Amino acid sequence: MEHSSRLSRWFDRRGWSDIIIGAPYVWLVVLFLLPFLIVVAISVATKTATAPPFSFGGEHPLVNLQGYQRLLHDTLYLRAFLTSLTNAGIAMVLCLLLGYPMALALTRVSRSWRNILLMLVILPFWTSFLLRVYAWMGLMGKNSWFNALLTDAWNWVVPVDWAVKSIPMMHTNFAVVLVMVYTYLPFMILPLYASLERLDPTLDEAALDLGSRPSRVFLDVTLPQSVPGIIAGGLLVFIPAAGELVIPSLVGNAASPMIGRVISDEFSSARDWPMASSVAVALLLLMVVPMMLYSHYQAKAEGEAGK
Amino acid sequence: MKRRPVFLLTVLCFGFAFFYVPILSMMVYSFNESRLATVWGGFSTKWYVSLFSNRQVIAALMLSLKIALVSATIATILGTMAGIALARFTKFRGRVLFSGLVTAPLIMPEVITGISSLMFFILLADWIGWPGSRGFTTITLAHITFSMVFVTTVVQARMSQADRAIEEAAMDLGSRPWQVLFDVTLPVISPAILSGWLLAFTISLDDVVITSFTTGPGSTTLPLLIWSKVKLGVTPDINALATLTVLIVGIGVAIAGFVMNRSDARRDADARLAYQANK
Amino acid sequence: MSAPDEPFLRIEGVSKSFGTFQAVRDVSLTVAKGEIFSLLGGSGCGKTTLLRMLAGFEEPTSGRIFLDGRDMAGVPPWSRPVHMMFQSYALFPHMSVEKNIAYGLKHEAMTKAQRDDRVREMLDLVQLSQFAARKPHQISGGQRQRVALARALARQPKLLLLDEPLAALDKKLREHTQFELMSIQARTGVTFIVVTHDQEEAMTLSDRIAVMDRGRVMQVGSATEIYEFPNSRFVAGFIGSITSFEARVTGREGGQVVLEVPALGGRVLARDVPGVVEGQAVTLALRPEKLRISKDRPETGNAVEGMVKDLAYFGKDSLYRIVLPSGALVSAHAVNARRGDEATRVADWDDRVWLSFDPAAAIVLTE
Repeated sequence: MEHSSRLSRWFDRRGWSDIIIGAPYVWLVVLFLLPFLIVVAISVATKTATAPPFSFGGEHPLVNLQGYQRLLHDTLYLRAFLTSLTNAGIAMVLCLLLGYPMALALTRVSRSWRNILLMLVILPFWTSFLLRVYAWMGLMGKNSWFNALLTDAWNWVVPVDWAVKSIPMMHTNFAVVLVMVYTYLPFMILPLYASLERLDPTLDEAALDLGSRPSRVFLDVTLPQSVPGIIAGGLLVFIPAAGELVIPSLVGNAASPMIGRVISDEFSSARDWPMASSVAVALLLLMVVPMMLYSHYQAKAEGEAGK
Repeated sequence: MKRRPVFLLTVLCFGFAFFYVPILSMMVYSFNESRLATVWGGFSTKWYVSLFSNRQVIAALMLSLKIALVSATIATILGTMAGIALARFTKFRGRVLFSGLVTAPLIMPEVITGISSLMFFILLADWIGWPGSRGFTTITLAHITFSMVFVTTVVQARMSQADRAIEEAAMDLGSRPWQVLFDVTLPVISPAILSGWLLAFTISLDDVVITSFTTGPGSTTLPLLIWSKVKLGVTPDINALATLTVLIVGIGVAIAGFVMNRSDARRDADARLAYQANK
Repeated sequence: MSAPDEPFLRIEGVSKSFGTFQAVRDVSLTVAKGEIFSLLGGSGCGKTTLLRMLAGFEEPTSGRIFLDGRDMAGVPPWSRPVHMMFQSYALFPHMSVEKNIAYGLKHEAMTKAQRDDRVREMLDLVQLSQFAARKPHQISGGQRQRVALARALARQPKLLLLDEPLAALDKKLREHTQFELMSIQARTGVTFIVVTHDQEEAMTLSDRIAVMDRGRVMQVGSATEIYEFPNSRFVAGFIGSITSFEARVTGREGGQVVLEVPALGGRVLARDVPGVVEGQAVTLALRPEKLRISKDRPETGNAVEGMVKDLAYFGKDSLYRIVLPSGALVSAHAVNARRGDEATRVADWDDRVWLSFDPAAAIVLTE
């Protein structure tokens, strides 16, 4: 309208969109990007006894790469990285082996059952993560019924000499992997289910019709088409598992810490901010490739869903 | 000639047993008389009584709920703005960085997010004297930051499905862009906004790692309290707390599922109505 | 405020590019008040972009648009007295039929009673009064189309833009709706601009049609003008079907041009076209229904002998494909006016027949 003021014209043309983009943008820059850049900067600072405990002066002005050098020389860090990647890798593979058949089975049950079962897959996700870890602590303990059951089974199978009073499960890497599989399994099932559910069932029928056995149909038709789902699900398990802090602190072996624990200890116990930052940056660099892969396949999976 | 996929159904049953046996076991043991949480000593509800008379637990729950309410609400507002911005404004300066910033917190290891927030708050206090102490404010700020991007994901997905023409239609009928936003865009994506809020609320209520870095003395949220108790071993009143959580969430999800089923049924009925009107 | 000879809508040298892609190139058109005007063309011809520039969703890269004497440059969509009926209808899913129609009125200075009256009037106009309280997903496709129309008309726009108004309807409903659109236009007197890819739709609905191709307007005229007197090979081929031949002008004879058409085996007489000169290369285009098929050589007109290669029986008529001695194929329609079995038809496979046409039916194209 001709009589509208210049302010309201600006607001209609640009202002409202500038606000919609600007508010979350500024928020994320200040509270996410800036803190992250601070970590990167501190990773090349020098540890001091001041508060905050670092400076950019001293023997190595501005850029001090000692933290990164220690990463390569001190076996503590290398072992922690190795433990993290191994545990996360095994958990990812186990999630895939258990999650794939489950996701496939979910696409084969009747529609009314499917909705209920899917809800049951998602339900644990809405309950507390800590409590799910805690549930396994109860089962793995020396006196629990579950441990007793496993011990009896073990003693029945193996020669008498190998018999044990209970199976030591708590505070082992086995426990860490088991609980990771338990807590992250829904992250594997849901993307897999999404990519399997989209497959055209007539493709299966066409392959069967052309003379393939059901096992070949799976390998030739179903599996190749679910690759984006496998990759998305796998990374959705692997990435958080590699940086996991809570699970190893509750059920893990304190003698072989995972990398999340190392970062947290360097920071709180050792008050070595530069070292903690160096380890964090290194972890992030290790994760960059999987993260890029994830967003690539995620975009691809979404692109297919859009068709 | 449809074969029953026996192997698949077996794995499915095993999987669900794997999901639910630990939870059921925990629920059963919450009624255990014995102090030893893993040995059965008879039926009792005393842990529920002790849970509700534990002021620490109630205070932690209240703090958690307060943080979750505030952070989910602000995260929903900011996250919805970001989702609309990414879905509707295809070209603006810094869009690449913006979409990176919206994805990164989703996949950033929590330890790193936690440490960087803590260092930021400490340095900020050093530079400008704020925040004077860490607690409700710092936890809430951190929760908003990493839960808003979940809202963005949900809203952006919904926006990209919505017919853009309805917004143009509203504009064509005389509404200015911000009126279009309130009259058309927000009502149409309101289910996504609601599920985004629920997601942000749950994430905030459940978070341990980032909270553990951004908290300060005297601000113990429920997950932090559970964590510190559980670190020392299994305790029966946590069983009781877990049982209550599972029941509340279970009932909530069941109601949501029921409501959704009903609205599905309504939509089917509507479609029939439209079909008959067509004839 | 406008000069008496000023057209209602004037589009003046309008172009629009998106990056390096030129969607609309130098389009100039005028539309009179109360007209139904169609923009007809295939996908990507620029018709929708032109429509969106009229609605204000896109600004022209160059050129100007005047509506009722007012320059529309810089006027945002919400301030234009132009409303649009979207191809997808774009009904607000969360509002009832009534609320949808009333939506635009909230920006008008009217009392609630006036507003309710207008909505009722609109519901009557599109015969949807009993569906007022329903949501868009509770009514059929045809009803949705009418809601979209009522909503766009409620604010009494100067110009109504219709983007493929019938494309989402099934064939039967489409014919009925076409006539309904025309009657609503006649009753309201609003100027309609229709974008369509469907030539039949354009021809039945419109007073005038602009045929567009690759961003340009190729020809503007009434349905008859465009069909009978196309000005280019593109228009002739886009509207209806033609068979075209290369030809050369060899002279004039009794107000007609004489063409040398090698594919037809020689001389052809055609209605004179101003501006063609002797020796000029032109195209001769023939419409299938303007050709006559006979067993014997007709006495008048252009004639050429050929052999029936194919025939397709459609009921009311048949299409013959006739191969000429030069090897060229010509399509011809014959109306099946007489009832009878196969034996009674004009010609059968492999029959030798004569094809003939009046000089007036021969279309001579220079472009």
